[in-house]
Amino acid sequence: MFKYVTKRILMVIPVMIGVSIIVFSLMRVFSPDPAPIVLGQHATIKSIEVWRHANGLDAPVVTQYVTYVAKAFKGDLGTSYYTKSQVAAEIGARFPATIELAIAAILFATTLGVLLGVMAAVKKNSVFDAAGSLFALIGVSIPIFWLGILFIMFFAGFLHLLPSGGRINVMLEPTRVTGFYMIDSLTQGNWDGFKDAFIHLILPALTLGMYSMAIITRMTRSSMLETLGQDYIRTARAKGISETKVIGKHALRNSLIPVTTVIGLQFGALLGGALLTESVFSWPGIGKYTVDSILKSDFPVVQGIVLLVAVIFVTINLIADLGYAFLDPRIKYSSKKED
Amino acid sequence: MTTDTNTLLEVKNLSTDFVMNKGTVHAVVDMSFTVREGEVLAIVGESGSGKSVASLSVMGLLQPPGRVVSGEIIYRGRNLLALSPREMRDLRGNHISMIFQEPMTSLNPVFTIQDQLTESIREHMKLDKKAAITRAIEMLRLVGIPSAEKRIHDYPHQMSGGMRQRVMTAMALSCDPDLLIADEPTTALDVTIQAQILALIGDLRKKLGMAVLLITHDLGVVAETADRVVVMYGGQVVEQATAQDLFDCPKHPYTLGLLESIPSMADSEDDEPLYMIPGMVPNPLNMPMGCAFAARCSRRMPRCTQERPPLYEVEGRLLRCFLFDPSGEEGART
Repeated sequence: MFKYVTKRILMVIPVMIGVSIIVFSLMRVFSPDPAPIVLGQHATIKSIEVWRHANGLDAPVVTQYVTYVAKAFKGDLGTSYYTKSQVAAEIGARFPATIELAIAAILFATTLGVLLGVMAAVKKNSVFDAAGSLFALIGVSIPIFWLGILFIMFFAGFLHLLPSGGRINVMLEPTRVTGFYMIDSLTQGNWDGFKDAFIHLILPALTLGMYSMAIITRMTRSSMLETLGQDYIRTARAKGISETKVIGKHALRNSLIPVTTVIGLQFGALLGGALLTESVFSWPGIGKYTVDSILKSDFPVVQGIVLLVAVIFVTINLIADLGYAFLDPRIKYSSKKED
Repeated sequence: MTTDTNTLLEVKNLSTDFVMNKGTVHAVVDMSFTVREGEVLAIVGESGSGKSVASLSVMGLLQPPGRVVSGEIIYRGRNLLALSPREMRDLRGNHISMIFQEPMTSLNPVFTIQDQLTESIREHMKLDKKAAITRAIEMLRLVGIPSAEKRIHDYPHQMSGGMRQRVMTAMALSCDPDLLIADEPTTALDVTIQAQILALIGDLRKKLGMAVLLITHDLGVVAETADRVVVMYGGQVVEQATAQDLFDCPKHPYTLGLLESIPSMADSEDDEPLYMIPGMVPNPLNMPMGCAFAARCSRRMPRCTQERPPLYEVEGRLLRCFLFDPSGEEGART
């Protein structure tokens, strides 16, 4: 078990090297030169050269990369071209917002997705099954930004029920401790802040979770259908236990095994990829920050974020794989067996 | 058929269909049999003869598209087909329980033996967790699992096939059922383990005084364990007799064929190939108009392909064959 985890953690290194090379080159090939953007319209050729030299952009790309990696190993991801503050600090300030949103979205997606999937499988070929499948199909195919805008128009613009964007009412903002507004406001006894943070979270979480919810529904349905045909389900029924127990205990746990991977992958994607949702809802997380930074050619920031996302993906995958062992006793990650 | 006072289960004119896209399969047609208290009744037939479907019908475990279309299944005076799902559940695993063919896949891989074994005990015997575990360990000991108090924490994959079938047996017997349905309990096991499991079921039957409905295609198993035998072919009962009569003097051409196709040590000295019933089981979607066995029968008569033979009662046994029609001239040919 320990060996397995160590091995998996060491696998992060090649992934990071590959990802960093790709993002490093892509930024330099496709992004416009940051110097004129940073210096503004009154920049002279001279000042641009000075700025490029100061930021190491006049060196050959390979040299730039080696310098970057050497610094990164020491924990220095560079500074933002605009704010001059450390990239790590900039990301750290925004990441809790993204995590909070991703957790809310995956909770919504998992709860509803598993529920709908199980019900569709149990009532196979019924109207309910068809409706569930249609709903899942819509969830998969609907563009996120469009869904977000629809939600805003309906719930904020028309019904005036929910806020159209942002994380919290500025007046209610809790003192920053963890960066998770719901936790911070709760621990500080700021009940109104907690409610406000929650209300702000609803629409972005629904929007962001919709796609994952649809995927989880479909996966759960097919996995559940397969499980329901197994001999041990017949055994469970032959015991005379209630159908709720047969489905909720015997079938569910088995059918969740493949669903776990999907949930893990989806969560990883949500953590790193809420670009559209965060932009639509002005959610101050790293998704919106990424978009802003790409548009401004803020190389160190984009590189830092992409590396972070890569680490998150590898970690979440590892957690999902370890989750298997919890759900399925047949899997033991021993050092002898290959992963 | 007369209803004895000690009749436990009486199946009357049971018909079970599977409605498929390609047509309807009549898996069980007008089947009747009784199981008396404490006896072993074997239902014998090839794969697809309807024997498993019949047993699942009794258990109320048929899954769609399977459906009982007519008949009655009377257990201690109550028609099981008329019971609510809730009442049926109280019966299942409690008064009537079942062992399945595939011990490797019949246990849930993600729960421990304890978890799976105590489930029905708690459900039916209304015991608390501790008492249920005690009962479960007792049952595991009864079916001969060594160091039961340790093995009860195992997962199914940590046990061999024979062990798992013992666990299945323990599970089926844990609430003292009056009727145990064993659907090919030994088919998936090694020959030596087969004998052990059969001996175990036989032992426990005597100890616990339950009746056993044994579903099998293995006549060797039948000869060793059964009191009475029902032979099925194409969803129908073709012969019913006591085990003694059936093996001493098989009458139906199909039963004869089955018995002749068992390899025996005596035959092995001459080089004659093993007897095989010619032909194939009829397509269940397209059953012949007459006797289901007619196409393969060595004693086929013209009327066999025209009409369905009824069950004739001959010398205390039941036979579905025109050879035994007391009114016809063919009757003399037996």
